[in-house]
Amino acid sequence: MDAALQMTLARATATTERRPVQVALIAAGVLFLVFFLLLPLAVVFGEAFSRGWLAYASAIWEPDALAALRLTLLTAAVAVPLNVAFGLAASWAIAKFNFRGRSLLITLIDLPFSVSPVISGLIYVLVFGMQGWLGPWLEAHDIKIIFAVPGIILATVFVTFPFVARELIPLMEQQGTEEEEAAVVLGASGWRTFWSVTLPNVKWGVLYGVLLCNARAMGEFGAVSVVSGHIRGLTNTLPLHIEILYNEYQFVGAFATASLLACLALVTLALKSFLEWRLRDEIAAVGH
Amino acid sequence: MRNCARSKALPALAVALSLAGVAWAGNPVLLNVSYDPTRELYHELNAEFAKQWKQKTGETVTIRQSHGGSGKQARSVIDGLEADVVTLALASDIDAIARHSGALDKDWQVRLPNNSAPYTSTIVFLVRAGNPKSIRDWSDLVRPDVQVITPNPKTSGGARWNYLAAWGYAEDSSGGDQQKVRAYMTQLFKNAPVLDTGARGSTTTFARRGIGDVLLAWENEALLAEREFGKGEFAIVVPSVSILAEPPVAVVDKFAAKHGTTALAQAYLEFLYAPEGQEMAARHYYRPRDPGIAARYARQFPQVKLFDIARFGGWEQAQRTHFDDGGVFDQITRR
Repeated sequence: MDAALQMTLARATATTERRPVQVALIAAGVLFLVFFLLLPLAVVFGEAFSRGWLAYASAIWEPDALAALRLTLLTAAVAVPLNVAFGLAASWAIAKFNFRGRSLLITLIDLPFSVSPVISGLIYVLVFGMQGWLGPWLEAHDIKIIFAVPGIILATVFVTFPFVARELIPLMEQQGTEEEEAAVVLGASGWRTFWSVTLPNVKWGVLYGVLLCNARAMGEFGAVSVVSGHIRGLTNTLPLHIEILYNEYQFVGAFATASLLACLALVTLALKSFLEWRLRDEIAAVGH
Repeated sequence: MRNCARSKALPALAVALSLAGVAWAGNPVLLNVSYDPTRELYHELNAEFAKQWKQKTGETVTIRQSHGGSGKQARSVIDGLEADVVTLALASDIDAIARHSGALDKDWQVRLPNNSAPYTSTIVFLVRAGNPKSIRDWSDLVRPDVQVITPNPKTSGGARWNYLAAWGYAEDSSGGDQQKVRAYMTQLFKNAPVLDTGARGSTTTFARRGIGDVLLAWENEALLAEREFGKGEFAIVVPSVSILAEPPVAVVDKFAAKHGTTALAQAYLEFLYAPEGQEMAARHYYRPRDPGIAARYARQFPQVKLFDIARFGGWEQAQRTHFDDGGVFDQITRR
């Protein structure tokens, strides 16, 4: 390494800007956060409580709102475990093995990230709708998919497809296959290896993926809106219910429900921060 | 005595069972798929109908609602949203259901009185308080300093009435010069910065988000917005001429039969024509058909010179000429 480069490196601290520039940049960042994140959140809660606690409580304790909450929780309760099972299987296959079609599988997993949620919904209308491919058959057997709960769950599973797998693939790749190889050499079966070696190594990653997946499952609007049919008390999830209330000039109700959804998101966010912190320890411990 | 009671109970039970049909809960459920601005009307009407139905038959009926842009709602029914009744913004949306899904007869519109439209409405302007841009008639909408809010005619029924009302005015004022009419319509849509999918979305854009100088709206929607947001905020401007809007209703035969709700659905729609239904429609700012009730609410509805859809050769032709893919609306909004 030549002397000039060494001198440059020695002088190079993380920042070389003058102090006023640093302050201005930090202030810009903080202002942005306040105006685009904190303020809207404060407005949601402000509007929700603008007519007091009683109006807030009665907006949430209302049959259609409760039905929407139940459907949202049910959707998440089905979509998240499905995605955990799938995500674990896919990331295990992708990270621990080399096979033909591996990169195709990765691309397919990423597909829901790159497709607009509206398209994700329309796909199901085109396949399961009355005029769609399977529509006549489904109708003949009296099976309802779209404009009913199964469609909402399907659309949600689709848009949350990549969350767990995307979380686990880099983690598993980083961990390599040495521990699994050791287990196999010591005579463990495939299942045993998975349960005793692979899964414990990634458990925090799985939880982290579950939280991300859950947040999206509860908050999804676009895809669900297309397949829902918007039947009150039956196929409205919380985000759809919020839109309906807002459009009916029931602003307290809309924002009260929005604050409920925001609270669910905040809990998820807090858990996520906690896990991020735990995950770092875990990776450090496992890695080396 | 006991026998007698039983003999009365049995037919009642049979009726109840046949009405319940495939609905496993036993109690019938009716799905009314409607367009945007009827939310408040049906909210009230459903409760009243359910109460009366219970008194008459002893049956507890649940009426479920779905609202959205009229065209979008029709599309959903075509795609399999199992509506027992549809109460949409215009006839061609129900025609579309009949044509594409065969779920109801093509002649559905003659099955109920008044072209199956139990109430009517028209298109008026909603402007900001004090009418700062002094918008008085259709001619003001194409001024370069005026922003017009209207939903998208492709998805919204109200928007199609807006469009045809404007078209009718342009035709009258230009003596039928088609080129001038097109120029007027082109400029009108150039002045429209956003096209929401439904009437309610447009009202929210105008009233809540403060975009635009004038909202082209259903009369009922404009009166409701005026009430919801306070009289001081907006004013209604009645143009010199407008269109007689007839939002029709129909039983969707196929789904009602499947759910065993045909009689119930029919009774539900007939209730709209009954005095209570008409009164409720008037209270929610729809012009009632019943002349007696209309007279009582006359102060609410200003006299306007109205032309109707026959001027455009009926909805089927209006839809084909103006709103179908590649139609006049596509031509004037291209570029």
